[in-house]
Amino acid sequence: MAEAAYSSKMLSGRWQDRLRGLRSLTQELWRDKAGFIGMLLIAALLLMAVAAPLLAPHDPAAQDLRARLKPPAWSAQGTWNHILGTDHLGRDVLSRLIYGSRVSLLVGAAVVTIAGTFGVIMGLLAGYRGGRTDSIIMRWIDTQVAFPGLLLALIILAVIGPSMITVIIVLSLNGWMVYGRMTRSAVLAVRQTAYVEAAEIVGCRAHRVIFRHILPNLTSPLLTLAILEFARIVLAEAALSFLGLGIQPPATSWGLDVATGKDYIFRAWWLVTMPGIAISITVLAVNLVASWMRLISDPQEREKQFARKMAVRQRRRRATGQ
Amino acid sequence: MGRYILRRLLHGIIVIFGVTIIVFVVTRMVGDPVKVMLPLEATLEQRAAFEKQLGLDRPIMVQFVEFMGDVARLDFGDSLWQHRPAMEIVFEKLPLTLVLTAVGIGLAFVLSIPLGIIAALRPGGVSDRSTVFVSLIGLSVPQFWLGLLFIVVFAVQLHWLPTSGTATIAHIILPGLTMALPVLARLVMIVRSSMIDELNQQYVQTGYAKGIPFLRVVGLHALRNASLPVATLVGWETIRAIAGYSVVVETVFAWPGLGLTAIQAIEREDLILLQAIVFSVAVLVVMINILMDIAYTLIDPRLRLA
Repeated sequence: MAEAAYSSKMLSGRWQDRLRGLRSLTQELWRDKAGFIGMLLIAALLLMAVAAPLLAPHDPAAQDLRARLKPPAWSAQGTWNHILGTDHLGRDVLSRLIYGSRVSLLVGAAVVTIAGTFGVIMGLLAGYRGGRTDSIIMRWIDTQVAFPGLLLALIILAVIGPSMITVIIVLSLNGWMVYGRMTRSAVLAVRQTAYVEAAEIVGCRAHRVIFRHILPNLTSPLLTLAILEFARIVLAEAALSFLGLGIQPPATSWGLDVATGKDYIFRAWWLVTMPGIAISITVLAVNLVASWMRLISDPQEREKQFARKMAVRQRRRRATGQ
Repeated sequence: MGRYILRRLLHGIIVIFGVTIIVFVVTRMVGDPVKVMLPLEATLEQRAAFEKQLGLDRPIMVQFVEFMGDVARLDFGDSLWQHRPAMEIVFEKLPLTLVLTAVGIGLAFVLSIPLGIIAALRPGGVSDRSTVFVSLIGLSVPQFWLGLLFIVVFAVQLHWLPTSGTATIAHIILPGLTMALPVLARLVMIVRSSMIDELNQQYVQTGYAKGIPFLRVVGLHALRNASLPVATLVGWETIRAIAGYSVVVETVFAWPGLGLTAIQAIEREDLILLQAIVFSVAVLVVMINILMDIAYTLIDPRLRLA
């Protein structure tokens, strides 16, 4: 009985700690306005992707040939029925943008998960095992980094045929090496520390040392890397779809919409512009959050920020004559 | 030094070998080249004849040895689309891609040094923060879209510049700018951060204390020490430009280089030409990698020992 009460108290204590941690994190986020805006934008995008059927005013694939190439609502011939205008088949641009967010976020998340997991496992293996495992894995990574990735992707896409799955596979194959390198170097640094040595002396198994003692130390650099990679993948998916090697026509994708708009660039500027803005905002938001993450996870940077804050406070105190 | 270069050359050959194997495996074993290259309504006899022409009716190991021999002689066969040797097309298109890359990377490099240094002189200041913000935007805008925006603004609205073709110097301005801007954004960031690191070093203070002029301290002493990460990134961006950005930029501006040709080869299901392009670009990338490694040792004498 007493034990149960004790453990439940412990548990709630831990939850309070987490809550406090979360609160201080959000406070810090609030202080970095750019990061805060980025986070808000990402939240809005996620909401948009999840609730696409509720938010989209029209079916993204519904054609209306009488309302072809309508300009956005604020220009002279525009209608409020199609706020961002329509394309060459009379499809609603706004609805296509809303549905397109699903593809970008899905491909980004899938590639980051697959490439990240594989890269981290390889990096952990190389760094922890060392010796021959290490040299084989690192040679592999070096060789693959020296490959012209996109061109190999082109050959694979040409032979297998483009689809969302092929795009995810190709981008994952090309993107895991960064995680591997970073994890390995971090593991090598952490391995030397006393607590890892202590864990080994106490008799922890290899996987316990790796997952309980080493991996948690890599969380923040890996998270920052994953976020940066997410931005890169969103751009890469858009580029592949633009080239006609990514998402294929019945489906919607921002890159694909830019490609179709390209043929009407002289008559309908909004067809190219709108999906491009959507891609740019998404990637910018992710980049803003990534640069905020890098700042708060780097102790040196935090120290600098702290010093700056103290200096401001002192100056203020002097100015008010206290 | 000689042994180091030899080792890099060996690694390069391994990479090229790897590319060749992957190209072979992907085209012959994962996919069916006959199905990709012949039209759907081709008869069985046509298929068999085509298989024989490509040598696909023989055992896979024989095919592999043949393929490696062809690659070594730079003979990939005739392009199915243009009916002439694939390597001939590659050599015809390659200079255009190299010109575009040189203009783009050169422009980015020349602009990034002063911009990065100005930002680094007062970290956290107005010029620094605006540089970082503009660079972040530059990193976030998709390159193909940037090119299309340039076309809308400078060609469609203002009629200042041509949108496609290679006839005059004016034709390279828009593709070159499109190539340069994302690279510039990344380069400015790295020049800035490595200059900030160097300007905080004590030798900079010593330089000022000795009375060396400001420009000499920043432009000669600090810049030289900051140049290693910058050179690394320039090398990387050159590789990415040749083996990646060029495909996108050339497609947007109909610039008839290797990148556009690769896309056209895919559209026309010409695997022979595509193989030749991928192989040539791989060789080029490996060569740039080796040149980069040699350049490091010239910039930083400490690396010569390694």
